[in-house]
Amino acid sequence: MPEENGGSVANVLEARGITKAFGGLLAVNAVDFDIPERAIVSLIGPNGAGKTTFFNMVSGLYTPTRGRFVLTGRDITKMKPHQRAQMGLGRTFQNIRLFGTMSAVDNVLAGMHVRLKGSILGAVLKMPGVRREEKEAREKAHALLDFVGLRGRETFAKNLPYGDQRRLEIARALASDPKLLLLDEPTAGMNPQETARLTELIGRLRQERGLSVLLIEHEMRVVMSISDRVTVLDHGEKISEGTPTEVRQDERVIEAYLGTARTG
Amino acid sequence: MSAANATGRGASPLKRFGLPALLIALALLFPFLDDGLGLGLMFPVIVIAVYVMLALGLNIVIGFAGLLDLGFVAFYALGAYVVGWFASGHFNQVSISFLSTARSISGGSPAGIHISFWILLIVAGAFTALCGIIIGAPTLRLRGDYLAIVTLGFGEIIPRFFQNGDNLGGFNLTNGTIGIKSIDSPGISILPDSLSTWQRFGTLDLNPWYYTILLLVLITVYVNIRLRDSRLGRAWVSVREDETAAAAMGINPVTTKLWAYALGAMFGGVAGAFYGAFIKSIFPTSFSFNISILVLCMVILGGMGNIYGVILGAIALQGINFYLLPQINDWVHAIGESLGSPLLAGADIPKYNFFIFGIILVLMMLLRPEGIIPNRQRQEELHDDSDAGGDALGGTVRA
Ligand SMILES: Nc1ncnc2c1ncn2[C@@H]1O[C@H](COP(=O)(O)OP(=O)(O)OP(=O)(O)O)[C@@H](O)[C@H]1O
Ligand SMILES: [Mg+2]
Repeated sequence: MPEENGGSVANVLEARGITKAFGGLLAVNAVDFDIPERAIVSLIGPNGAGKTTFFNMVSGLYTPTRGRFVLTGRDITKMKPHQRAQMGLGRTFQNIRLFGTMSAVDNVLAGMHVRLKGSILGAVLKMPGVRREEKEAREKAHALLDFVGLRGRETFAKNLPYGDQRRLEIARALASDPKLLLLDEPTAGMNPQETARLTELIGRLRQERGLSVLLIEHEMRVVMSISDRVTVLDHGEKISEGTPTEVRQDERVIEAYLGTARTG
Repeated sequence: MSAANATGRGASPLKRFGLPALLIALALLFPFLDDGLGLGLMFPVIVIAVYVMLALGLNIVIGFAGLLDLGFVAFYALGAYVVGWFASGHFNQVSISFLSTARSISGGSPAGIHISFWILLIVAGAFTALCGIIIGAPTLRLRGDYLAIVTLGFGEIIPRFFQNGDNLGGFNLTNGTIGIKSIDSPGISILPDSLSTWQRFGTLDLNPWYYTILLLVLITVYVNIRLRDSRLGRAWVSVREDETAAAAMGINPVTTKLWAYALGAMFGGVAGAFYGAFIKSIFPTSFSFNISILVLCMVILGGMGNIYGVILGAIALQGINFYLLPQINDWVHAIGESLGSPLLAGADIPKYNFFIFGIILVLMMLLRPEGIIPNRQRQEELHDDSDAGGDALGGTVRA
């Protein structure tokens, strides 16, 4: 694939001057952001800092008021969410958004949609190519469910326990073979064991699948243990960026988290 | 029952093949049964089958893709008019025949366009699928109630167009309220003379009509099953469940919905084409809003999204319409006469069919909102009271 901006070969995602205004509220304000290949980057910040808003702009659910995104060398700012997913962007949601009345396997198969080619006519006529593809897709879906450690395959997604639903969302996002995976508070509501297992899983995503991960996380232990880089948002502004150690020692971060700088 | 049953996988072989095989055998033998027992039900059964097809078409749009379409009759009408236009003497300015059964009395080529019914079935399907896309496209951004209102509008516009299309800049496209008459009969002319009723379908022997619509219904059922279990079928359910999440997973909501409109319309159009040829004369009034509602009732009553439920819903409602109500009417008249009550003796029960359907629907909504044979997924949706709070995109909206 030809690189459009020669200098930054190794970045999966580049965000430049991303701004989002909701009426008078600047939820995200002129944020620059890079995610290198095979990196785990965390986005942290107090409640309402604009993390999820940033995510929604990356995946195309919100249009930025200003700024642009480049994904693997291509400007995606004007692309629709499904086009971005086709290009290799996968995500989960802070409030789980599974297809509740589809089985776990079918959720993963729905996530695989863009990687399957079976035509409508092929499906109707039961053409061998489509049948083979469906069979392989099913096997791959089961492998993905194994990978995230989910057992209840045929139950409706909405009837799965909470932790399993989070894992299923990850499996569904992985089904489209993303290059960049966005995880919005994946450990929310999990107990310490589940959190540890998920942290280990995120590490394996990079090692075994060569993925880059952008992680929103409130659990500092998770952030500090697996992130290569951490970016801190507060009131929509990027107030700090660096390695976990650097960020932990940053005055402004401590201030933001302890709330001394807050007026309201 | 596991979720797999909802998509047909994992059902026991008996249930998967035994029951359908039995029902198909029964359907194949029905004309002999009708003849032997002198039931005289062939005509209503053929019309019921047309409605089964319509209901299966609408089920794709509403049941699978979750798009509440209140104007489905438009496609039924368009399909019927395709046959009206291209298999009758309507366009008498020209004289075109192609593999048609139509003959003029003088032996020359008859006026109008006369194209083989079998070709027109395909043409009607393709044409209405295209119309489905054209009508569906402006509604893509709408959800729920708004979508219903716009489709309702389209369902009204199309019959109006047929009603007023007798003078489009001097051109008579639809023949207005008079409609199109003497539509050609279908036929398979290559058959030997011993099968003369199949060479040209007539009004005395309804068997050829019956087997034709039976074949069409079976194809429709099969295609519906295949679609439901396909990649597109999953996309429909995911867009129905959560359009935003589906888009974020790479499913294009626009094409997914348009396919539902196109394929649903296609079956509606083919059903209309068959009906036009069967009934021989079509008028704008044959395609009123009532039909959209009737077909919708069939889908809801039978079980939205469940193919077998929808078939049962169509049979039940049209069965009531054609068989039960006239029957009850006769009884009421008989009772009225024996009691000497002119009110009962002159009552017109079938006139109240929509009133009765309304009551059935209300009762159904109260007692079994998921339909007679529910779709498992739909059932779950209806009995779901655990609605997740908060902003759907995961944002923390503070008022
Ligand atoms: N759709 C929206 N319309 C209006 N305001 C919004 C919308 N989405 C988010 N906001 C506002 O933007 C700000 C940032 O919200 P966002 O959800 O991005 O925060 P967050 O960092 O993800 O917080 P949390 O950690 O609680 O998830 C908040 O003040 C929120 O109220
Ligand atoms: Mg958030």
